[in-house]
Amino acid sequence: MTKLQGTRVFGGYAIGTVSVFDNKKEDVERRHAADPSQEEARFRNARERAKEELQALYEKTSASMDDESAKIFEVHQMMLDDLDFEDAVMEGIRTEGINAEYAVLQAGKNLSEVFAQMDDEYMRARAADLLDISDRVIAILTGRKRKELAPTDEPVILLAEDLSPSETVQLDRSKILAFVTRFGSVNSHTAILARSMGIPAIIGLDYDAEADGQTAIVDGYGGLLLTDPDEETLAQYKEKKEKDDAARALLLELKGKENITLDGRSIEIFANIGGVSDVEDALQNDAGGVGLFRSEFLYLGTEDYPDEETQFQAYKTVAEKMAGKKVIIRTLDIGADKRVSYFDLPAEENPALGYRAIRICLDRPEILRTQLRAILRASAFGNIAVMYPMIASVWEIQRLKEVFEEVKGDLADEHIAFDENMEQGVMIETPAAVLISEELAQEVDFFSIGTNDLTQYVLAADRQNPRLARFSDAHHPALLRAIRMTVESAHRYGKTVGICGELAADTLMTEFFLTLGVDELSVTPSMVLTVRDAVRKTDLRA
Amino acid sequence: MKDLVYVLTDPVGLHARPAGDFVKAVQKFACKVTVEKGGRKADAKRLLAVMGLGAKGGDVITMSFEGEGEEEACEIMKAYLEEHL
Repeated sequence: MTKLQGTRVFGGYAIGTVSVFDNKKEDVERRHAADPSQEEARFRNARERAKEELQALYEKTSASMDDESAKIFEVHQMMLDDLDFEDAVMEGIRTEGINAEYAVLQAGKNLSEVFAQMDDEYMRARAADLLDISDRVIAILTGRKRKELAPTDEPVILLAEDLSPSETVQLDRSKILAFVTRFGSVNSHTAILARSMGIPAIIGLDYDAEADGQTAIVDGYGGLLLTDPDEETLAQYKEKKEKDDAARALLLELKGKENITLDGRSIEIFANIGGVSDVEDALQNDAGGVGLFRSEFLYLGTEDYPDEETQFQAYKTVAEKMAGKKVIIRTLDIGADKRVSYFDLPAEENPALGYRAIRICLDRPEILRTQLRAILRASAFGNIAVMYPMIASVWEIQRLKEVFEEVKGDLADEHIAFDENMEQGVMIETPAAVLISEELAQEVDFFSIGTNDLTQYVLAADRQNPRLARFSDAHHPALLRAIRMTVESAHRYGKTVGICGELAADTLMTEFFLTLGVDELSVTPSMVLTVRDAVRKTDLRA
Repeated sequence: MKDLVYVLTDPVGLHARPAGDFVKAVQKFACKVTVEKGGRKADAKRLLAVMGLGAKGGDVITMSFEGEGEEEACEIMKAYLEEHL
């Protein structure tokens, strides 16, 4: 058995036979051309034919797949007409006196390099398009037939150098179990295709072409290719795959369905995320929004405070990917168990009851100002709300709202766009916040109950201490009463209330939350559909 | 010479296909047209150059028109940007 590591593009497991697609590009001969005007004519002619091919591919793809996938061929046609591409080819033919095919190869490589070096991942992926269009023209010029994927009877695990956009579109999708490529990027066409097909894909994996025909396992989650596996490994992965398949079946069955009880009570189910890359999981699992976007990832693992631009880009990306669905960003919750050296916080006897979250921000408003500016700017690109953690007093939220208004005023003065009506909410996670929830409800647009901290504070049981497990009962009547009180206060003032702690995903609690009339549950992405399933099986009349 | 400053509102900005449509619209003018973002300037009639700016939603672009029909070209592109980008 050999085990090789690459980069995960899309999760999932596949077990099957390997098929190696040898699509290394052939060398193009560099020749001196006697008659440059003839080479020019050959190039123009080949370019026209390439555009015709692309038009046919466009039509075929929009019929067999969708317009979105087909668009790439429209872009390829436009690229072929690009003046920089044409100039670069002409330069080679006229100035260097070389043959048309070599001039095209050179032009494609040079332009592709420019894109490959760009900061933006999307633009880097365009490098593949340039190589693809030049290869198409070269193939026409040399009369070479571009390599086709050999049709197979049985579905296979496909190993290739990299797949060009035009190759991926010609694949018989029903015959592919997984993609593994030696090159490519997470935004390459192979990657995009794998995601849309929902099959495992790995890139940057240096496979051995001898593996052709062998049995292999692709572990898309771990980015692993295991060729010629032993019995034990095979059995292990078969079991993993079965479980994964069952989870996907649930996904298929429940995706797009409403979160509604048998007697017609509905509730929102959102996802908790801790970084930009989690958005994909939230969307895959059909979350209705992001109920808790933890912003700590921006502060942890860096040397200094993240600047406004870095934060803005992260929030904006998430808001855009969620495409109009609500995204609730929680301001930084540093302190307690999350320590960051550059914050320069003194050691504490009792950090859980200590200097953390909003308590730091109220003393050092410049940190909060930067974050609020970034959040407000991002609000122009989606449906964003902001939420403040660790609130215990009314004056705290009043002061935070003042800072919020000041930041809005600054942005307006600078003519920077933001959402005028962006909502503000608070986390309810201290017993104090529960007890003054009526007053808090009059100050904010929404509540979100953070059950993890609320449990430890209500029951006075440190959640980091394993010996206290049986004392921190999340179903304790005290906690349930605290939740009830919070929900009632919010609703009395027409405000919404969500639950974003672990308890939100506890399906033993789903009926309780529905009875109280909780508006939204925010859970880890992989639990969204499990909770949906529980909601759909609940009958409040019973 | 006419200048046009515009903030892109379409989140994806001037990437592949929108950039292609944009370039096609500009190619109809006789005058010289450039587009600038963050200090980098590109010939607005060249697709790869325009894409290379990597202009996205929220970015400010400045278009400059110089030569025959510059006034009209500027008006047309103003309407174009407002409608499409």
